[in-house]
Amino acid sequence: MGRKVGIEVSIAAAEAVGLCDADVVAAYPITPQTHVVEHLADLVADGHLDAEFVPVESEHSAMSVCCGSAAVGARTFTATAAQGLALMAEIVYIAASMRLPVVMFLSNRALSAPLSIWNDHSDTMMVRDSGWIQVFCENGQEVYDSIFHSFRVAEDPAVSLPVMINVDGFTLTHVIEPIEMWTKEMAGKYLPRFKPVNSLYPDRPTTMGAFAVPEIFAEQKMAHDHALKNSMPVILKAWDELAELTGRKYVPVEAYKTEGAETLIFAMGTICETASLAVDRMREQGKKVGLVKLRLWRPLPMDELRQLLGKAKDVVVLDRSISMGGASAPVTSEIRALMYHERQRPKIHCVVAGLGGRDVTPLDVEKMVDMALTETSYDYHFYGIRG
Amino acid sequence: MAKAMEEMTWQEVEAGGIISEPGNASSYHTGTWRSQRPIYIEEKCIRCWRCFIMCPDAAISADMGGNRMVWNYDYCKGCGICAYECPVDAIDLSEEGE
Repeated sequence: MGRKVGIEVSIAAAEAVGLCDADVVAAYPITPQTHVVEHLADLVADGHLDAEFVPVESEHSAMSVCCGSAAVGARTFTATAAQGLALMAEIVYIAASMRLPVVMFLSNRALSAPLSIWNDHSDTMMVRDSGWIQVFCENGQEVYDSIFHSFRVAEDPAVSLPVMINVDGFTLTHVIEPIEMWTKEMAGKYLPRFKPVNSLYPDRPTTMGAFAVPEIFAEQKMAHDHALKNSMPVILKAWDELAELTGRKYVPVEAYKTEGAETLIFAMGTICETASLAVDRMREQGKKVGLVKLRLWRPLPMDELRQLLGKAKDVVVLDRSISMGGASAPVTSEIRALMYHERQRPKIHCVVAGLGGRDVTPLDVEKMVDMALTETSYDYHFYGIRG
Repeated sequence: MAKAMEEMTWQEVEAGGIISEPGNASSYHTGTWRSQRPIYIEEKCIRCWRCFIMCPDAAISADMGGNRMVWNYDYCKGCGICAYECPVDAIDLSEEGE
C-alpha cells in the first residue's frame, strides 16, 4: 500500500499519469488545468517519466496528436478546460467515434462569455453526446484513483473508448488533500500493457478516419452507442479490482442517507460534498432528505438511477450549467427523460446553481430544496440570482 | 470487402469505422451518382488523351490495342470535365436514362 501524503489534486493526478507510464502527453496549458500539464512536463524533463511531451500550439492540435498516438498504440493523456475543450471539440468527437482510448483530465470551468476562469459544468455538457466515457469526481483521492481506472477501462480491448475525468476547477484541482498514493508495483499490477485493437502499422495497413456514406453512417453510430453502453461491465470490474488493491470501492451512483427519503438531491462533482452536509443538517431537522451522487455520467447507470429515484416523491437536480432557451438544464432533462415512462415517478425539480464559480454552501443547498419543493412552475429555476 | 456495405448490420461494421482491407474503395461503385453520361464519338477523337489526363477519377483509360478511349461507367460520376476539355467535341453528354 502506498503512502498517504498531503498534495495538490492536480499534482497528484499528474503523478498518477506518471505511474501509469503514459507514452504521450499532448496538451496546451489553460487555467485551471495548468498544474497538471506543468507537473507532467517536469516529470518528463526530469527523466521520471519516459514519455513524449508534445507542447502543441492549440487544444485542437492537442487532441489531434492524442488521436494519432492512440492510433499507433501509445498510452495517451491530455488535459484541458472550458475554452480549450471548445477549441478541441471537433477532435473530441473524432477520438470517440474512432474508438481511440485517450484519457483526458477535464478541469471543469465555465464557458466564455463573460470570460470566467471559475468552475461550472458548461464545458463538459458541450461534449456530453460525444461518445466518451465520462466520470465526475468528488474529491482528490477519487481523481487520483480515476487516472488508473480510466487507462484500464479505455484501453480494454472490449471497450477501446476515450475516458473523460471531470474535475471541478479550483474547488478540486487546486486544493491540497490527503491522498493515498499508489506504488509503481500497484500500477503495474492493475494496468496491463496497452495492446490496441487496431493499430497503424505498415505490416497490416488500415485506413482510420475514412468517410462513411449514408448507407453505413448510422450503423457506425449505433455500434458506437452499444460499445459505450457495453463498457459498463468493464468499468465495474475495474472498480472492483481497484477496491481489492486499495480498499476504496467506487460505484456508478452513490446513495447517501436515501433510506426513507421523500426528497432526493441529485448532483455530480464536488457539490456532492456540500450537499451531503446539507442533508446531514436537514436530517437533524427531521426532514426526509437524501442525496444521490452520480459518478458515471456516460454510460448512464439507468437501472440503478430508476430504482433509486423512483422511490422518492421529489427529486431536486442541482444543475451546474444551463440549456438556454430549452425546457430545463442538461442534467435535469436527462433525469426527466429517464423517469418519464416509470409508473411511479417523482416530481423532478431543476435548480441551476453554482455557475461561473458562484459559491454554493450547505445552507444554499437547504434553501434550494425548500425553493424547489414550494415551486409552482416545474421548468427550471436559477438559484441566488439578484433581481 | 467481405460484405457489401449497404448489407452490413451495426454488429458487423468495424469498430471505429476503420477499413482493414486496403484499396477497397473500388468496391464502391460511384458511377451510380451519375446523372449525365459521356458518350464517346470515336470518329472525331484525335487521341490526344486530354480526357484521360483531366478525369478527376480514373474512369477513362486507353485501349491501346483498339486505339480508342474507354469509359468505366462503374466509377464515372458524369462530371462532364472530359466533354468540356475535349478540343474536338468528341465527347457528348447525354442525360442518364434517356
